[in-house]
Amino acid sequence: MRDLTDRALDTASSLGASYADCRVVRRLEESVSIKSGRVEGVASGESEGFGVRVLVEGAWGFASSHRLSLDTADRVAGLAVRIARASATALRDRVTLDDRPPAVGRFETPVLEDPFAIPLEHKIGDLLAADRTAGAVGGIAFTESSYGAQREWKTFAATDGSFTEQAITHVGAAVEANAIEGDEHQRRSYPDAGGGWGAGGYELIRRLDLLGNAEHHAEEAVALLSAPQCPSGLATVVLDPSQLYNQVHESCGHPTELDRVFGTEASYAGTSFLTTDKLAEGFRYGSDLVTIVADATAPGGMGTFGWDDEGVAAQAVDLVRDGIFVGYQSSRETAPRVGRSSGGGMRADGWNRIPLIRMTNINLLPVEGMSLDDIVADTDDGLYLTTNRSWSIDDRRLNFQFATEIAYEIKGGKLGRILRNPTYTGITYEFWRACDAVGNASSYVMLGTPNCGKGEPNQSAHVGHGVSGARFRNVQVGVGKW
Amino acid sequence: MVIRSADRTDPGARSAAALALADDIVARALASGATEAEALVTSEDAALTRFANSEIHQNVAEANIGVNLRFCVGRRVAVAATGRTDEAGLVALVERAAATARSVEELEDWGGLPGAAGGGPSRPSAIGYAASTADASPEFRADGVRAVIAAADAAGVLAFGSFATTREGIAVSNSAGIRAAHERTTSQLLTVHMSADGGTGYAEAAATDATTIDAAAIGREAAAKARASEHPVSLPAGDYPVVLEEYAVLDIVDMLGYLGFSALAVQEGRSFAEPGRRIGSELITIVDDGADPAGLPMTIDFEGVAKERVVLVERGVCQGVVYDTQTAARAGRASTGHGLPAPNPYGPFPLNMLVDAGTTPRESLIGGLERGLLVTRFHYTNPVHPKLAIVTGMTRDGTFLVEGGRIVAPVRNLRYTQSYLDALAGVAAVGRERRTIRGFLGSAVVPALRIDAWTFTGTTEH
Repeated sequence: MRDLTDRALDTASSLGASYADCRVVRRLEESVSIKSGRVEGVASGESEGFGVRVLVEGAWGFASSHRLSLDTADRVAGLAVRIARASATALRDRVTLDDRPPAVGRFETPVLEDPFAIPLEHKIGDLLAADRTAGAVGGIAFTESSYGAQREWKTFAATDGSFTEQAITHVGAAVEANAIEGDEHQRRSYPDAGGGWGAGGYELIRRLDLLGNAEHHAEEAVALLSAPQCPSGLATVVLDPSQLYNQVHESCGHPTELDRVFGTEASYAGTSFLTTDKLAEGFRYGSDLVTIVADATAPGGMGTFGWDDEGVAAQAVDLVRDGIFVGYQSSRETAPRVGRSSGGGMRADGWNRIPLIRMTNINLLPVEGMSLDDIVADTDDGLYLTTNRSWSIDDRRLNFQFATEIAYEIKGGKLGRILRNPTYTGITYEFWRACDAVGNASSYVMLGTPNCGKGEPNQSAHVGHGVSGARFRNVQVGVGKW
Repeated sequence: MVIRSADRTDPGARSAAALALADDIVARALASGATEAEALVTSEDAALTRFANSEIHQNVAEANIGVNLRFCVGRRVAVAATGRTDEAGLVALVERAAATARSVEELEDWGGLPGAAGGGPSRPSAIGYAASTADASPEFRADGVRAVIAAADAAGVLAFGSFATTREGIAVSNSAGIRAAHERTTSQLLTVHMSADGGTGYAEAAATDATTIDAAAIGREAAAKARASEHPVSLPAGDYPVVLEEYAVLDIVDMLGYLGFSALAVQEGRSFAEPGRRIGSELITIVDDGADPAGLPMTIDFEGVAKERVVLVERGVCQGVVYDTQTAARAGRASTGHGLPAPNPYGPFPLNMLVDAGTTPRESLIGGLERGLLVTRFHYTNPVHPKLAIVTGMTRDGTFLVEGGRIVAPVRNLRYTQSYLDALAGVAAVGRERRTIRGFLGSAVVPALRIDAWTFTGTTEH
């Protein structure tokens, strides 16, 4: 690849680029989808290409192609420079990048069992067994199960001498049971509606034990059809990790992206209430128990890598420490504007997309003391909410509303009857300030989503979230008319 | 075999090259033991210029091609995809597909690939294609952006948005005789204008021909709304009559298409749609028509089947849903041409929906509100209860209190939790003008609506 990256960088420089970088990406994907016990789709995909990003006259240009040839490198680099010059015609402040040492080296996701080397029949068989077990439960209307694996080989080179090579592997799987009666449609997913995803090999899929969890979740889906509706009012809620990671994602992950703060996502995803004055003042984001980090070095996280797509080394950045807002996810362009160095958060969805500030692994750190079971036992009256079903948050990331697949009543420190269609809503900082318990390390798990959308053209990112479960007081639950 | 992107102005030549590639892949698959095979070739030249704080901050272009091979051995069906169209890439593609087909179980209800009778034309029609968009330059997009920014400057606000121009093609060949292709162009200009005093305003245009987009007018529309929405007041959550501008109506149409107007959703029992069921007021008629030039046409689907015009809702009553080949086989009927690329566990989707225009001018829509809200657009919507089409989301970029038929104040944004079916049933008036807008999945042509009641369930700080 070095001949192609050298050629692209040389061409860009010769045409006037003050800085250029080139990423060559090859992506291999495999997926299995099963519906109601039949193998609905088995697919494999391969994509490769390269993108060239240039700075000319202080303005950005980017172009890409699927053709890996030296001629195309010349053409794409030339187009990127031309585009940058067009950008410069509507520019008010020239882009400047922070300093960083040239990035050089290799990184590879630790994998015990290569998911692409496991026979396809074996993977289909594992998934089929779980799906059919769920479907065998009386009252199930249909089941859906999925398996996916992705490996990305990425070469990054820049005019400052950087040259890195990475191979990143992610896998995920889920089994989902649906029960329908009249207008009521209830679903239980394990471990998550979008699949339990992580960085690693097929050993992660085995660890999920889809087969061992399928029947119980299907039985819950059927039971939800006749369960009472979640009531409306203020309640204490305990969020299971399967919901808490979504709460972290939407209400802390996105608002701490510095490009949102500076408005570059304003027309699409929105901006952020965590404006730079709040960083200076030490804004109280949550209770003293709340410490959240963006950690690209966390083992097993889908936001774990060696270097980001600007060649900045993986690192852990404090976002909220002991409840106080202390930092942003940032890039080489944005970090200097708040007097800091890049936190290494720039990632692109493939060769044909420009890197944006994306979450790495946004983790709510566990708190010594109570386990998640202890927190339930310590709760006299409340709701235990599990598995996200729906999510929504305003364009500054303040007013959120979530639905989960199921709620368990907590009475006298014990989990009781189930409730259907649970929802809860709040204002981000009020909610996190009302957090009065965070689980200890015994329930800390690395979860995440392979579908975090951002940017125009839209990009989908794989991001991780380490969480252990937490409790929140005086939360509005049961939203809307039912 | 390589499809050259240089000759962007001849969609016929591009389609012919894409079909030749698809034919070649089908032949390779059949020679490798497939009893049926289908090759889908998608190609795209896409460019997007993005601006924020009234300057361009991202400016990107890509040339991309993708090949999807559906490889069938009897009732065993496998799919392989690649972005590599060189000899080694195609050989690997067929090998992967053949190996996968040997590993999968038979599909008991496999209906076979669609036959030539339902296929679209091999030479694309001119519907939905404009050479001016295919040839749009970075300088052309920068000109449009500068016009938007100039309107913002004139109003003393900042502009944030994007201007995209895209040429995209699909070509499908299969062993059952389908050879179909379509090329189209799309363009979209959108902007949020923001004032220092908390005002925000949105405007958007989408078109086949990018030169028909009046960038300055889009800029002025957003600027006026940003100014008008400064210093918003707080309103308590509750039920209010609303006028939804076209940008907000898009979300209703998009979401109902996603949740219910698909044959797979019906077959799985998770759809609200059933023929003869009333789900809207008599003022509501919704069709899907991939050939209507009012939208952003695509005349064939990803299986190469010609798209039929499907009436989804007529005068408030459910009529039909859309089918792909597999759901059609289960129902014992023909596909309507709404298939997505295989493998597709999501089923068919309507991607070209149009809502009939009404007779009410915009000022009368608002004039008919005794006390209610004018909503520009929705943000981050998501179904809370799919079968009842209960959706939550936020208002954004221009929400106003209307009293006595007049806008009296901007309002801080509100959260809603609302059944979109109930909303359709409560439509009291339909705007006589329509806009073409890109949606989450496809595009739609929609009018503004006045609705008797909308349930707002929360507030925020801006």
